[in-house]
Amino acid sequence: MRSELSQTGKVPDCCRAGLFSSLLPLGLFVLLCLAWPRVVQGHMFTVHWNWVPSLDLALAFRLDGLGLLFGLIITMTGFFVTLYASTYMAGYTQLGRFFVYLHGFMLAMLGIVLSDNLLLLFIFWEATTVLSFLLIGFDHDQAGARENARQALLITGGGGLFLLMGILLLKAAGFPMTFGLLAASGNLVRAHALYPAFFICILVGVMTKSGQVPFHFWLPNAMRAPTPISAFLHAATMVKAGIYLLLRLHPAMAGTPLWTGTLVLIGGGTALWGAIQAIGPCDLKRVLAYTTLMALGVLTLFAGGQTVLSLTAATTFLMVHALYKAALFLAVGSIDHQTGTRDLNRLGGLMKCMPLTALAVTGATLSMAGFPLFFGFIGKEIMYKGALAQEMFPVFATIATLVSNALMTAVAAVILITPFAGPLGGKLSLVCEVPWTMRLGPAVMGVLGVMFGIIPEWVSAHLIEPAVFAIHPDREEIRLVFFHGINLPLLLSILTLSLGALIYGFRSPLRQGLLTVLDRLWFTFPGLYQTGLDRFLTLAGRFTSIIQNGSLHIYLSVIILVMIAAVGSVWLPHLPGIAKTAPLSGPWIAAGLFNFILISTAVVVTARHRILAIGGLGGVGAGVALVFLVFGAPDIALTQLLVETLTLIFVSLILLRLPPLEKAKPPSRSRTLRNAGLASSAGLIIATLLLATLQTPLDRSLTAFFETGSMVAAHGRNIVNVILVDFRSFDTLGEITVVVLAAWAGVNLIRRAKER
Amino acid sequence: MQSIILKTATRLMVGLMLIFAVYVLLRGHHEPGGGFAAALLAGTAFALFAITEGPDQVRRAIRIRPLTMAMTGLALGLAAGLPGPAAGKPFLTGIWWQAGPISVGTPLVFDLGVFLAVLGSILSMLLCLEEN
Repeated sequence: MRSELSQTGKVPDCCRAGLFSSLLPLGLFVLLCLAWPRVVQGHMFTVHWNWVPSLDLALAFRLDGLGLLFGLIITMTGFFVTLYASTYMAGYTQLGRFFVYLHGFMLAMLGIVLSDNLLLLFIFWEATTVLSFLLIGFDHDQAGARENARQALLITGGGGLFLLMGILLLKAAGFPMTFGLLAASGNLVRAHALYPAFFICILVGVMTKSGQVPFHFWLPNAMRAPTPISAFLHAATMVKAGIYLLLRLHPAMAGTPLWTGTLVLIGGGTALWGAIQAIGPCDLKRVLAYTTLMALGVLTLFAGGQTVLSLTAATTFLMVHALYKAALFLAVGSIDHQTGTRDLNRLGGLMKCMPLTALAVTGATLSMAGFPLFFGFIGKEIMYKGALAQEMFPVFATIATLVSNALMTAVAAVILITPFAGPLGGKLSLVCEVPWTMRLGPAVMGVLGVMFGIIPEWVSAHLIEPAVFAIHPDREEIRLVFFHGINLPLLLSILTLSLGALIYGFRSPLRQGLLTVLDRLWFTFPGLYQTGLDRFLTLAGRFTSIIQNGSLHIYLSVIILVMIAAVGSVWLPHLPGIAKTAPLSGPWIAAGLFNFILISTAVVVTARHRILAIGGLGGVGAGVALVFLVFGAPDIALTQLLVETLTLIFVSLILLRLPPLEKAKPPSRSRTLRNAGLASSAGLIIATLLLATLQTPLDRSLTAFFETGSMVAAHGRNIVNVILVDFRSFDTLGEITVVVLAAWAGVNLIRRAKER
Repeated sequence: MQSIILKTATRLMVGLMLIFAVYVLLRGHHEPGGGFAAALLAGTAFALFAITEGPDQVRRAIRIRPLTMAMTGLALGLAAGLPGPAAGKPFLTGIWWQAGPISVGTPLVFDLGVFLAVLGSILSMLLCLEEN
């Protein structure tokens, strides 16, 4: 799909679309920046349009500190990723589609972080699920990409259903859907008998979306997607949606032992599991994916805390991670793009040929490792402070944070040293630096990682504190500062770096040990998922082969039988009460028509030649149309006649291709009898229903309404048509949609039959 | 089908039927007719044409793909609903303009959409079956 070794430094022509479309995220970023100063002052921008007031669903948006922080991350990463993709994706087909998905995804993500209504948030949440499915499976001609896309969709979509259940439970319990009001009734939510149910449902949604153990495995598998997608979805945005929801619901639902305990344990477990696995793979992207799991675990852990300190740790690390992870993903993509490989064993010495990328990676990895002077250092300090002050399981939280941070340091060293240092491989000496579109993102984010590390006070006043204030009632100020003096967090930081260096030194035996253990595991969550999916598909296959066995005769028999049983069981007791005959007040010609229809039906049933049967069918149709005409419904008669004509054409097109009727084996006697029984029972039921209908007086109020309103309101004298295209036009729109879809499906079925 | 009578009759009939279909479409608001009936009529005309001259001739005559026609019809139906909200009324509310003695309104556009959607659907299936 794309050239292995790209040698040109120039931006190819085909990517102008990407360059142009990067204006959208840039514009949104600038807009958010314009609102930024007001938000820092504590102003909250809100808009509210009614959508479905009866469901408490409104197009309500709000921009506060938390939304702003996420929004800035989303639009900034979105801009760099689009710019990057404009070069990276050159050579892929369907680029237009790619940018539409990407920007659709970005807008959905912005929708999540800006909506002020839980149901609205859920709609955007689902949109990101669907769009991420399309993006992960972008290389849809590869079976692996399709499979991983399906896995992501099933897991995050399934979690989405749980989230919906949680939201609906909240709603059923009478709580408002607007975040502000929900937060105000936080005490009632926490005291509610159903609180565990709310929490668990929402938690499952969060865990699937944000890759928490045991739903984590879709995230490394999603690395099948082209790198810009991985950078955008699986580093900076989508997986953070769960974290965002936890933070957003914090005022309404946090503060219980259930919340804190569960989140600390799950988050800590995920952080450890992700960090340990990160030293395993040789594929750089998979390494990054596991470090993302670690980050998500840590964020969940800190979202579990009640204190301002814990939330400050979460938001700070969120920023740290977004900056270095997006930069690293993009840089790894650059390496892949230029060398054709992401395998750590085959890379080396790239510093000489890709110096600028190497510089950006240095900045990002040092921030990831948490070296002093980098933003990651500040993040790590506040993390240790938060972990030590955690209300529940502080020891576990601290150890989990410490171990996973140490592992991160080691992984950062691997990412920096292995591809860039050392001697240049023979084939790799041809490699050159990527064009500026692919350098800008990692460079800017790398520089920000250093800059924020030098001016933490500014960051904390302008980004972190407004975000935390938006979700925590206490206005306790926790300033990030460069140096706190010698204290426990600082010692832990030093310990982290030394531990990291130790792990880096022993990485080969550790990797071997890890791979051996992973191989010998008798139970894995991906395995469980696969078994479950296989079993489900087998079951579905069996079920389908029973109910969809391909025999039209059986389908029709079942439909008619169900109709007879359902209507008959209700209708039978009333049968004695209805009149046995109905007076025919029509003209004499009607009687003749009825006889004609009866004779035609007999012809259809007894015909020994297809053409005769078709002729008989036409006779029935025309007879019915004439009955309508005789009884004063010219409109229906016209339509009926035309429908019958076309049906006849279609039927003859199909039937005349089948083997001639006279050569076919006549059906068995018992089958004929069974069919006759079914047909006459259905006929009898309809006939008795019609007789009963005639006994009730006709309600003409609707007719009167349309007769008077038709000309005045809709400028038409033909009531039937006025109803179709004006009074009830929405129904008609639905009907023509069905017609078109049915035709589309039919065409595809016919074509497929032709291909066989 | 090789029947000279049918072929000759078809040449005359198809044109007349199509013109009649347009007539039925336009008169529909006051007299029996309308987009659906007109589409069935036009569909029958094209079916006749396809039986005598072959589906390729029909495809050449209608120029656009039948499914495109159907989708255009749907889009027209949707578009006809938009002036309503623009005027502050519910979606698909009929909006009328007086042009001298005749009044023209969005329901006409909607009816045209119905016509195209139904005709496109009929043609796509019909031609596919004919080619089979």
